[in-house]
Amino acid sequence: MDQKENVTRRSFIDKLVLASGIGALGVIGYPITKFVIPPEQAEPDNLSKTVGDIGEIGKGEYRIFEFNRKPAIVIRTGSDAQSPNSYHALSAVCTHLQCTVQYEKASGQIYCACHNGRFNLAGKVLSGPPPAPLKTFTVDVRNNKLIISVESA
Amino acid sequence: MKNSISAGGLTKWFNERVSFEGMVEHVKHKTVPEGKHFIWYFFGGSALFFFIVQVVTGLFLLLYYKPTPASAYESVHFIESEVAFGWLIRNVHAWSSNLMILSLFFHMFSNWFTKGFRKPRELTWITGVFLLIMAMGFGFTGYLLPWNKLSFFATKVGTEIAASTPFIGDFLVRFLRGGEEVTGATLTRLFAIHVTVLPLLAAMFVGIHLYFVQAQGMSHALGEKLGKEMKFFPDFVYREIAVWSACLLLLAFLAVYFPFDSVFISLELQEKASAFDPTPMGIKPEWYFMFMFQSLKYFPGSILGMDGRVAAVMFFSFGALVLIALPFWDVWAHREKRHWFPMVVGVGILIFIIVLTTLGYLDTGH
Repeated sequence: MDQKENVTRRSFIDKLVLASGIGALGVIGYPITKFVIPPEQAEPDNLSKTVGDIGEIGKGEYRIFEFNRKPAIVIRTGSDAQSPNSYHALSAVCTHLQCTVQYEKASGQIYCACHNGRFNLAGKVLSGPPPAPLKTFTVDVRNNKLIISVESA
Repeated sequence: MKNSISAGGLTKWFNERVSFEGMVEHVKHKTVPEGKHFIWYFFGGSALFFFIVQVVTGLFLLLYYKPTPASAYESVHFIESEVAFGWLIRNVHAWSSNLMILSLFFHMFSNWFTKGFRKPRELTWITGVFLLIMAMGFGFTGYLLPWNKLSFFATKVGTEIAASTPFIGDFLVRFLRGGEEVTGATLTRLFAIHVTVLPLLAAMFVGIHLYFVQAQGMSHALGEKLGKEMKFFPDFVYREIAVWSACLLLLAFLAVYFPFDSVFISLELQEKASAFDPTPMGIKPEWYFMFMFQSLKYFPGSILGMDGRVAAVMFFSFGALVLIALPFWDVWAHREKRHWFPMVVGVGILIFIIVLTTLGYLDTGH
């Protein structure tokens, strides 16, 4: 008997239905999968931002503000409000699990309340689980305004 | 007319269509083993009770809740302070979720130790573990909805952990957040998961789980002599009704006298979420996530060249796998034998959870 005669009408229909089913799943599944993944947004690329007037942050205080859609922290440690060296600006996003860090005046360290990560003012990890340092920004003072910028590579 | 509407006629009408009598007959023969493990048979029932409460109160909350960053916080406040008995509905929902998960923990560990998963009940166990995972998913997604500071940072950390999943981490975190960050897009997504995806899945799994329990009957604790059996109906059902009544009273008592937010959440954390505030001191997740949250503090930045967060995710995934696969690796139980190994693993997991949860509550960060 010829091999081909083993293909009965029933088995042909079975295979056709199976193949069409898989095809239909793909056709339905692909747009659904694509739909649930949110569209990419353009990378924000502000190189610098005016944070505010120099008088707004007192010595030993800090401020958190938005920089390229993410929180950043400016800490003032120096007495001279006019000097850029009195300030430290860093990304406020903890490198462990993205909580927002704060400045701890008593210890002079940057602290993350989620899992006890600690950084120094240069962003270096001192203790806790963070795997990488905080990114630092450059601080400038112009016309009594505080400006922070992405550090040039 | 012969087919006039009477109780008997109505019963007959249904009987000819759905074999009501078959079900009654089934329930008549169902029994529950009495003995020293008797009490553990009530925790599945109490979990079911709290689940039903969640569905009902959840539907009511939906009448007023608004899932957008501009109005979520305000609408929860509106429910609590303006809507008649809104505070009651919301507090019952919050408390019931916790009591449901507590019931599930008791239900699961009692079955671990009495070996309720023995053949042919492996699938009952597995659907049960999935239901526990879903309950935690309900808790996690529901936590974001009030859109306060606690919600915001809990969701941030929780979703960021997903980023450490090998291979699909980036996809997962984008999928859960609806973007790079926790934003309004995250709120609408987790809201949709909380009120449609999870309820449908959970209802389905509860159905399957209960079907198995009915079809296979109640398991006897391993090593327990086949002795006295209690009739499921009416003897056990009446006791179950008493338990459900006690659950309802407890729920009402907690909801009225211990407003959930003021008991568990500091005033600072109750403030409206803002992406540009530091994470508040002393931030803590719900108690059933505490042991995982606390563990994350002890995983260093890197372990043997592996990212500490990836190691943590793998550690907990392995734990989940051990749990799901219990009926397949506790091979001794199927031979009606008690072995020290599954006992030690079970007790070990319990101790791990209790110790890390305690450490979590004692940790002040300094």
